Amino acid sequence: MSSSSALVEIRDLHFAYDKRAVLKGINMTFPKGKLIAIMGLSGCGKTTLLRHIGGVLKPTRGYVKVGGQIMHDLDQDALYAMRRKMGMLFQFGALFTDLTVYENVAFQMREHTGLSEELIRDLVLMKLHAVGLRGTQDLLPSELSGGMARRVALARAVALDPMLIMYDEPFAGLDPISMTVVGDLVRRLNDALGATSVVVTHDVQESLKIVDYVYFMENGVIVAEGTADEIRASEKAFVHQFVHGEMDGPLPFHYPGGDYLQDLDLGN
Amino acid sequence: MMSAFLEVIRVTGHRSINAVWRIGMASRFFFLTLVYSGNSFRRFHLIVKELFSTGVLSLIIIVVAGLFVGMVLGLQGYETLRRYGSESALGSMVALSLVRELGPVVAALLFASRAGSAMTAEIGLMKATEQISAMEMMAVNPIARIVAPRFWAGVISMPLLAALFSAVGVFGGYFVGVIQIGVDEGSFWSQMQAAVDFRDDIMNGVIKSVVFGTVVTIIALYEGYDAPPTAEGVSGATTRTVVTSSLAILMLDFVLTAIMFRGT
Amino acid sequence: MERTTLDLWVGIFVVAGVAALTMLALKVGNLGTYNMSETYQVHAYFTNVGGLKPKASIKSAGVLVGRVTGIKLDTKLYEADVEMSLDKRYQFPKDTFAKILTSGLLGEQYIGLEPGGDSLMLKDGDQIKMTQSAVVLEDLIGKFIYNKATEPASTK
Repeated sequence: MSSSSALVEIRDLHFAYDKRAVLKGINMTFPKGKLIAIMGLSGCGKTTLLRHIGGVLKPTRGYVKVGGQIMHDLDQDALYAMRRKMGMLFQFGALFTDLTVYENVAFQMREHTGLSEELIRDLVLMKLHAVGLRGTQDLLPSELSGGMARRVALARAVALDPMLIMYDEPFAGLDPISMTVVGDLVRRLNDALGATSVVVTHDVQESLKIVDYVYFMENGVIVAEGTADEIRASEKAFVHQFVHGEMDGPLPFHYPGGDYLQDLDLGN
Repeated sequence: MMSAFLEVIRVTGHRSINAVWRIGMASRFFFLTLVYSGNSFRRFHLIVKELFSTGVLSLIIIVVAGLFVGMVLGLQGYETLRRYGSESALGSMVALSLVRELGPVVAALLFASRAGSAMTAEIGLMKATEQISAMEMMAVNPIARIVAPRFWAGVISMPLLAALFSAVGVFGGYFVGVIQIGVDEGSFWSQMQAAVDFRDDIMNGVIKSVVFGTVVTIIALYEGYDAPPTAEGVSGATTRTVVTSSLAILMLDFVLTAIMFRGT
Repeated sequence: MERTTLDLWVGIFVVAGVAALTMLALKVGNLGTYNMSETYQVHAYFTNVGGLKPKASIKSAGVLVGRVTGIKLDTKLYEADVEMSLDKRYQFPKDTFAKILTSGLLGEQYIGLEPGGDSLMLKDGDQIKMTQSAVVLEDLIGKFIYNKATEPASTK
């Protein structure tokens, strides 16, 4: 991977909430046009990493470069200009509950562009059609199923044809069919828009089907990386446990605690 | 014993620091809201939409409460004034109580519990469901897009609601005093008109309600915006909105009354 | 909700609120009954104004004709200088008599004007020469007792 074709570069990224270190020296490169997955258990720092790419959090050390610009050095206007070129799908969609499906997808077009109402209408219907939900335009988010809401959120995330799309747990809480549909859409939208996508997930099987490259994170560091096939074939104990969902392995079943017998007052 | 005493002092200190910090944060929030208000006025339909939920949906409670408060004033006022043989002053008593105090204050208290709590819950839920983060990621300032229109809707609704409360209240007092009890209608209205001054009483009442509207709305919005993104966080924030804004209304009412009506 | 329905409701709300405010101003307040725009100023000295306050009403034959606009102490005469603004529609002769009166036993104090017979009328900035001060209850009782004791000394 040459860095010239990289859209996102993350170098030696450190971050701590108060004293608790969440990210401890992350290095990643997302080449243009690729679909990258960042996997790991809940609480390993994946979402925090996404927030750095979006410029929401400032790193304590290191940097995130998007399109050659260091995110935490941008001022408010430059940051907002950068974010217009990004799309993000939040964990549970985060659709605006007081707006209809149509208005949700139209939201950024109304806020950021001076497009005419007819043009907005065409664009919104095209985006909704791409996720197969053109018929839901007048519904409120509360009237959609989980999978449909996720697809509407996807349509909203790509409303302005972003160069970078971020997905925070796109598969969480979906039924198997919706999962396949969303996974397929993530791949197809990435290729159709010529965008670069980052999927943060702990759903190994679904994401391995669609992604180009995988990073495994654990406790704020990268423990493994490789293409989907390399990961599947990986002999690393941690990756093996994760990919195959085994109960015990390098990640123990038991949370660290005192001696069991002593806790039960059975010692001695 | 000594350590328990020190603990009390320590807790008091901690609470005070916390309170001052929160007031500071709320003031900063208020300032930001004003700075980012331009957008709401350029796209006025954003404010109109919020006027519906703050103003129109508060109409019924305000009208019903105003009517009953006015009727009680008529009844109690009559009983008290009769002892001094000045039943004819009933109109001025009812109107002055409503226009100067009860209209702005009670309407603001009702507004805090009806519209204020709804605002906090709505914004708190938006935060809990990441709608606010989503907006920030879409390069839209949530204070400009979500907070400012609601703020101005609150500031605009409050004086209108207070005026409605007072107007309906006067009719409540008229209904009980004149129609039910039989106080002379002419003296009811003429004494009222002689006693109520447009600038000193009515405008000061309007100023009061604008101040209350500002304070209640900003407290409600701040609590919602600041709420921990959980179910308990949002419900706690909703309760705090009602408690804090009610206390703020009553304290500010005293301060404003002291400034406006002292010596006249 | 439809945009037009929403607009309609908000319109109803705003119109109702403004109507309430107008009703308060005109029907409850004094804006409709008393228009202070067309007035002229006169003033008068009183030895004692009692409980008279700014904005107290000025009546003639029981009709409201003006308002007290200011009360200050004149340090040359040590008397109260009362500024009054009277409605242009009502003209009074130069020798009008101004009295501080009380409405009812415990009511507010106001100024009563009794017109004299002069053919010249009061103009803006004129002074009402003849005045009668407020009756202060303590003075009244004190005077009564004092008069009984020192009858010959009290007359000049």
